[in-house]
Amino acid sequence: MRTILYLLQKEFIQVFRNKSMLPIIFIMPLVQMLVLVFAATMELKKVDITVVDLDLSETSTRLTSKFEASSFFHLTRAQLSPSETDQLLLKGKANLVVTFPHGFEQDLKRNDQASLQIMVDAINGSAAELSNAYVQTVIASYNQKIRAEMLGVPKFTPPEQVHVIPAYWYNPELNFKFYMAPGVLVILVTIIGLFLSSLNLVREKEMGTIEQLNVTPIKKYHFIIGKMMPFLIIALLDLTFGLLVAKVVFGLPFRGNILTLYVFTSLYLFLVMSIGLFVSAISETQQQVLFVSFFFLIVFIIMSGLFTPVESMPVWAQRMDLINPIYYLIRIIRNVVLKGSGLLDMTSELLRLIGYGLLMFSLAVWRYRKTV
Amino acid sequence: MKEIKSDKGPIIQVKDLVKKFGNFVAVDHLTFEVNKGEIFGFLGANGAGKTTAIRMLCGLLEPTSGALRVAGFDGYHQREEIKRNIGYMSQKFSLYEDLTVYENFRLYAGIYGIPRKERIRKTDELLRKLNLEESRDKLVGGLPLGWKQKLAFSLALFHNPAVVFLDEPSGGVDPLTRRTFWDLIYEVAHQGVTIFVTTHYMDEAEYCNRVAIMSEGKIVALDTPAALKSFYKTDSMDGVFLKIARNKE
Amino acid sequence: MNQLLGFVKKEFTHIFRDSRTMVILFGIPIIQLMLFGYVITTEIKDARIAILDHSNDNVTREIKNKILSSGYFRLDANLMNENEIDPIFKKGNVKEVIIFERNFAQRLEREGTVNVQVIADASDPNTAQMLYNYTNGIVQDYTKKKYAGFTIPLQIKSEVRMLYNENMVGAFMYVPGTMALILMLISAMMTSITIAREKEMGTMEILLVSPLKATHIVLGKVAPYLLLSIIDAIVVVCLGNMVFGVPIRGSIFVLAFLVILYITMALSLGILISTVANSQQVAMFISGFALMLPTILLSGFIFPIENMPYPLQLLSNFMPPRWFIDALKQVMLKGNGLAYIWPNVLILSTMTTVFLVLSIKKFRLRLE
Repeated sequence: MRTILYLLQKEFIQVFRNKSMLPIIFIMPLVQMLVLVFAATMELKKVDITVVDLDLSETSTRLTSKFEASSFFHLTRAQLSPSETDQLLLKGKANLVVTFPHGFEQDLKRNDQASLQIMVDAINGSAAELSNAYVQTVIASYNQKIRAEMLGVPKFTPPEQVHVIPAYWYNPELNFKFYMAPGVLVILVTIIGLFLSSLNLVREKEMGTIEQLNVTPIKKYHFIIGKMMPFLIIALLDLTFGLLVAKVVFGLPFRGNILTLYVFTSLYLFLVMSIGLFVSAISETQQQVLFVSFFFLIVFIIMSGLFTPVESMPVWAQRMDLINPIYYLIRIIRNVVLKGSGLLDMTSELLRLIGYGLLMFSLAVWRYRKTV
Repeated sequence: MKEIKSDKGPIIQVKDLVKKFGNFVAVDHLTFEVNKGEIFGFLGANGAGKTTAIRMLCGLLEPTSGALRVAGFDGYHQREEIKRNIGYMSQKFSLYEDLTVYENFRLYAGIYGIPRKERIRKTDELLRKLNLEESRDKLVGGLPLGWKQKLAFSLALFHNPAVVFLDEPSGGVDPLTRRTFWDLIYEVAHQGVTIFVTTHYMDEAEYCNRVAIMSEGKIVALDTPAALKSFYKTDSMDGVFLKIARNKE
Repeated sequence: MNQLLGFVKKEFTHIFRDSRTMVILFGIPIIQLMLFGYVITTEIKDARIAILDHSNDNVTREIKNKILSSGYFRLDANLMNENEIDPIFKKGNVKEVIIFERNFAQRLEREGTVNVQVIADASDPNTAQMLYNYTNGIVQDYTKKKYAGFTIPLQIKSEVRMLYNENMVGAFMYVPGTMALILMLISAMMTSITIAREKEMGTMEILLVSPLKATHIVLGKVAPYLLLSIIDAIVVVCLGNMVFGVPIRGSIFVLAFLVILYITMALSLGILISTVANSQQVAMFISGFALMLPTILLSGFIFPIENMPYPLQLLSNFMPPRWFIDALKQVMLKGNGLAYIWPNVLILSTMTTVFLVLSIKKFRLRLE
């Protein structure tokens, strides 16, 4: 046990003396919080909407100004022919075009209904769906208004109405950054824990000092823990730093217990670093390891629910996620940070992490050879 | 588990030791013994198999077949016990360049379980003896090669092992420094430590009690330097080696 | 010329013999395409919800049935009171809680109006909104059906056409981006690593002393990756088309031209990196972080550029993949031709030229 302390002492001295490591440790969380979180947004800012009003009636003009008043839309008015409208969309100058056909208001008054045309650039499917939903909402509320005006009844009401009232908990402003930032922190922690510790290991191999250690009676698990712990601690520090930066820069709340987060993150890092060690113990060349790990990492990140919800993924993907450590921590960190979940709220994740971690650690110790 | 009790007697016993890498036989049926207190040299050109052999003796490499006993322990099943009783100095000197001299000692002493007080005392003593006192808190990376050599050797001995393995300890070091280094080795050998050294410098062979010459994985000669010189009728180990090499052709 | 051909042949056999690399170079694009196509989606299905029904009468039961049989929702739990809401959210499985107030049916009949409260877990704001929209849609649909006979006067209807991607398939967004990523990976990363490896092993110097001209050496190194990239591009387009239905509405020639231009750009970038990197590891590190990450984040691959803050939008203009992805979408999904994508072509060509010029300069410097 004392051996581990001596090893830790050495590792920390080395890390702090390594001039290139310190900036990485401090700059990475900053860059990630400032750039990544701001870049990775699925939030819809402004929809470029063009209104082609071929009717120029009171109805169409007023509805157009309703669109203009909405903060979702950036409105342009234009008089275009159908082919010009097509061109507009082909060129990408508008996301959505609303066309009021000639005789719109007349149709409405005479036939009790009239149609306008909406053309949406649907390449980004979810954005298209959302934009259309906004448009429909504006139309519907305007529709109610003019019904009341024209028929002289205070808001025409159907015989039965069920109002569905939304309440958005934990993130009432629907700030997408609150969703992304904890996820990005997981990536940060993974990079520090996994990559830095692997780089460190490779360096020792190349210097020959690993051999020197293998010749001593040092126990395998001493060595492995001695290699993991410093980076685990540094990763936890960076996590804290990242949370602070997020709080200062865009107000990310922290509703849970920081110790709970540390416990979960430590278990995660223990698991992830064991996997890394196991992989490098069974691989022959460094390049192979790097290459394959890189791709596994990308695959795991994509499937982890960082960008898109796991619940939307096909069943086979969700099953695969059971062995995806990143999936676990992203779930956990979002729950702890935004909802204040505790250890007892996520017992199944806790047990799975512990079990998975112990398994991989044993495999890593088993495969790590002091004797080649 | 037979422990060596007698004062003289073999402390390293190797019989028909073989190491194959795929189809390539790096070490081909080595058989020899090293007695306690000896300075035993393993000579040969690069690629002869010296480093492979020494790594098997240290427990760094798994032999393909053959019997191996070091310091009274079996080389297959009692490797950890062997490691407790041996020291090792690699070709690269394997010191932590970004730690100070003192920090290197502290680390290895800790790993071998040497109590703090004893470690401090021994370190101070050692640094004084090696004239490295002033460099105590200097990073190893900044030291000249000769000092690193002394340092690596001292670290290998710090825990009082019975046998010390030196793998090409003089690589890249100038001849004068080599001489002083061997003075150190003699001192240590006089205290009863067995020295097993591999080298491709023929003049270092002269310093050994006995010498084994390796070629293509086999031992082609094994005796004291004097006996070898007289057998091959030359007056230097260089000459011995050349004659052996010529005989092979 | 013969020497060059001989050299190129050697490079080809070198790579194709390394079966592990081959598997990676072909397996990766296919895996990534599959993943992105199937996995990255915000589609809602079987979203787990909890219901707190204070009434449990025939109306609430009808509404619940409709919600649960829609395919969008799955019932996780029936709650007893409001105190159970926070704990169940904290577990992280339930995304929405629907609350029906007391005396639901009676209120509806007597007062003509009643409330359903939907509490959504907005830690994922997009999903939360979509779940609310779907829930609301289903409920409104239910009420509409009840007074179907009743005609509502003065209805403004809308004919909505979703263009270029009628079924709003996620893959349409991601296939062009995947192609950009994969081609960048193979052309830039692999090229830089290969050349860096030769430098590291010292064999580059041997080559330079040979009668082969320096430009020929580079061409020879690059040729196999050019071919591999083209093959990979074809694989991606075909897979995208066959598996996800991503069309090629524009001219195939324009598409081919665009792809080759991008590959050339990536290759020249790879060469540039290799002139700067001293070892394989450095080359890998630079390609990995300096290339991959910005490509994934700032090129419009997954995250639309219009949504980013202005400084990042500016930054993305310097990313070659951004221009490629944009042009690719135009050609494949909108059927646009050169008349529309000429700005992209111009920018990509300029970047390629810059990379090549810089590489040649650096190469010459090293030789001296």
